[in-house]
Amino acid sequence: MDKILEVENLSKVYGHGCPSCFELTGPDYDTNICPNCGSVVAAHNVSFELFKGEILGIMGESGSGKSTAVKCLNFDQKPSTGRAIFYDENQQHDLFSLNSAQQRKLANHRFGMVYQNPNLGLNFDISAGGNIAERLLMSGVKNYTGIRCRAKDLLSRTEVLTERMDELPKNFSGGMQQRVQIAKALATNPPLLFLDEVTTGLDLSVQAAILDLIMEIQQEMNTAMIVVTHDLGVIRLLAGRTLVMKYGRVIESGLTDQILEDPQHAYTQRLVASAL
Amino acid sequence: MSASYPFGFLDEYAKKEVRRSALKAVAIPGYQVPYSSREMPMGRGFGTGGLQLTLSLLGKGETLKVIDQGSDDSVNAVNLRSFIEMTCEGIHTTTRTDEADFIQSRHRIPEKPLREDQLIVLQVPYPDPLVIVEPSEDKRKMLHGEGDYSRLLVKLYEDIVKFDEITISHRYPTRINGHYVIDPSPIPRWDVPKLHQSPALILLGAGREKKIYAVPPYTNAEPLAFDDVPFRTEDFIDKTGQRRACNRCGCTSSFLDEFVDSNTGEKVYQCSDADWCDEQRSTEKSESIDLEEREVANG
Repeated sequence: MDKILEVENLSKVYGHGCPSCFELTGPDYDTNICPNCGSVVAAHNVSFELFKGEILGIMGESGSGKSTAVKCLNFDQKPSTGRAIFYDENQQHDLFSLNSAQQRKLANHRFGMVYQNPNLGLNFDISAGGNIAERLLMSGVKNYTGIRCRAKDLLSRTEVLTERMDELPKNFSGGMQQRVQIAKALATNPPLLFLDEVTTGLDLSVQAAILDLIMEIQQEMNTAMIVVTHDLGVIRLLAGRTLVMKYGRVIESGLTDQILEDPQHAYTQRLVASAL
Repeated sequence: MSASYPFGFLDEYAKKEVRRSALKAVAIPGYQVPYSSREMPMGRGFGTGGLQLTLSLLGKGETLKVIDQGSDDSVNAVNLRSFIEMTCEGIHTTTRTDEADFIQSRHRIPEKPLREDQLIVLQVPYPDPLVIVEPSEDKRKMLHGEGDYSRLLVKLYEDIVKFDEITISHRYPTRINGHYVIDPSPIPRWDVPKLHQSPALILLGAGREKKIYAVPPYTNAEPLAFDDVPFRTEDFIDKTGQRRACNRCGCTSSFLDEFVDSNTGEKVYQCSDADWCDEQRSTEKSESIDLEEREVANG
């Protein structure tokens, strides 16, 4: 299998940081706030690999650092330390050594991000079609008819009524907004997609439809995805492999079935037991 | 009127600073150079940016033309002109485009093509075209630096979706020398092609926003557009498909102003560029005189 992403020792500290930050925080100390300097260790030593067409789940309670890890990879935040290599069509990109223009270009062309809150991923002042157009224009497409066709295709693919493509997303329901966000993320056919709590806050039937859509996209386009969620059901359904995070550390990782059936770490055991 | 003021009203250091900023603006076509816009004896927003450029660059013996919306006689133009006359002893003023070495203008570029030995200064209210899509100046600077103007194109996209055409009538975002996009001050779309490969230096000054930028001579200036929805200028076609003509001089190739005749209540069209209109009328008259003379001679 082809590797698409390799993350090594990714760490993110909010605050000044001190030499003992990493020693005095973590699941063993039941905190991610350094008692010495007060910095928050959002993520520490997160390492994993991702292969083409694979879905990796990152699970954990809120504040465990799962979103931080993904936001660093999508260049929304700067990591404190760590390395990430993106393998793209015979090219390797050392993500955190690129300058900001290169990072933005890569994120626009090759990554897709779907946020929990459509407010973050969509511009509510422009139409649904315009949101998709924005991403296409960023990647250098300059043909109006071409952009219209592509936006229409994507919206019908994500089951948004194409008659509503010129409406503002704020008139849409939450589920529809999420679909537009997914369509926008897919606009440039990215090989790598980040999904941050995409179904949280939606009602059950809409959740099911969105999850179906995500699986179909993965099968059709062989897109690699990182799915961040605290919902064990989503992990069970989508992810082949899973990382479990707590207080910024990865405490367990492996095949999803294995983790859910035979959890090793006490926290994972509690988590699985409480959900089932 | 006399010179109890230093030549050019501003002190030498202030003029030097403006000139240095203007040089930098010419060196980086389209880049908005910050400068410390001085207090002028008139409110910001009345052309103080253009005025400071004019006062810093104008020299003794040079001939100045000041235009406001194409006209030399409107209040703004008259007041700016008399202020410059008062503070710059030894300069000449004119209303004729081809007699001027130096033109300060608001909202228009003259119809008559400018020459290499001429210079035009435009007064700018809002220098940054990205201000409509990005409120944070920090982020706008990043977008300019990376040449990322996709959000402006999204604005054009939304226009075409809603109205089937691009509805920006003035301040049309224009890309200079393949990188920076400028707000070419409130000139109509009609004047935007005049920026492209212009033989004359075009300087733009925003007094309130404290920015100077430039379109150097013979530099590319492309208005933003889509491959299949090109930029177009005003066509002045009436209901019958005819190109409207100036009511005064009959010209059918100039930018027209529309106004309502207060007696008849009808819409009237007239050249916006007053000097151009006068010139058309005088050539027309001299032609008709020629014709009469010939008729007399023949008769």
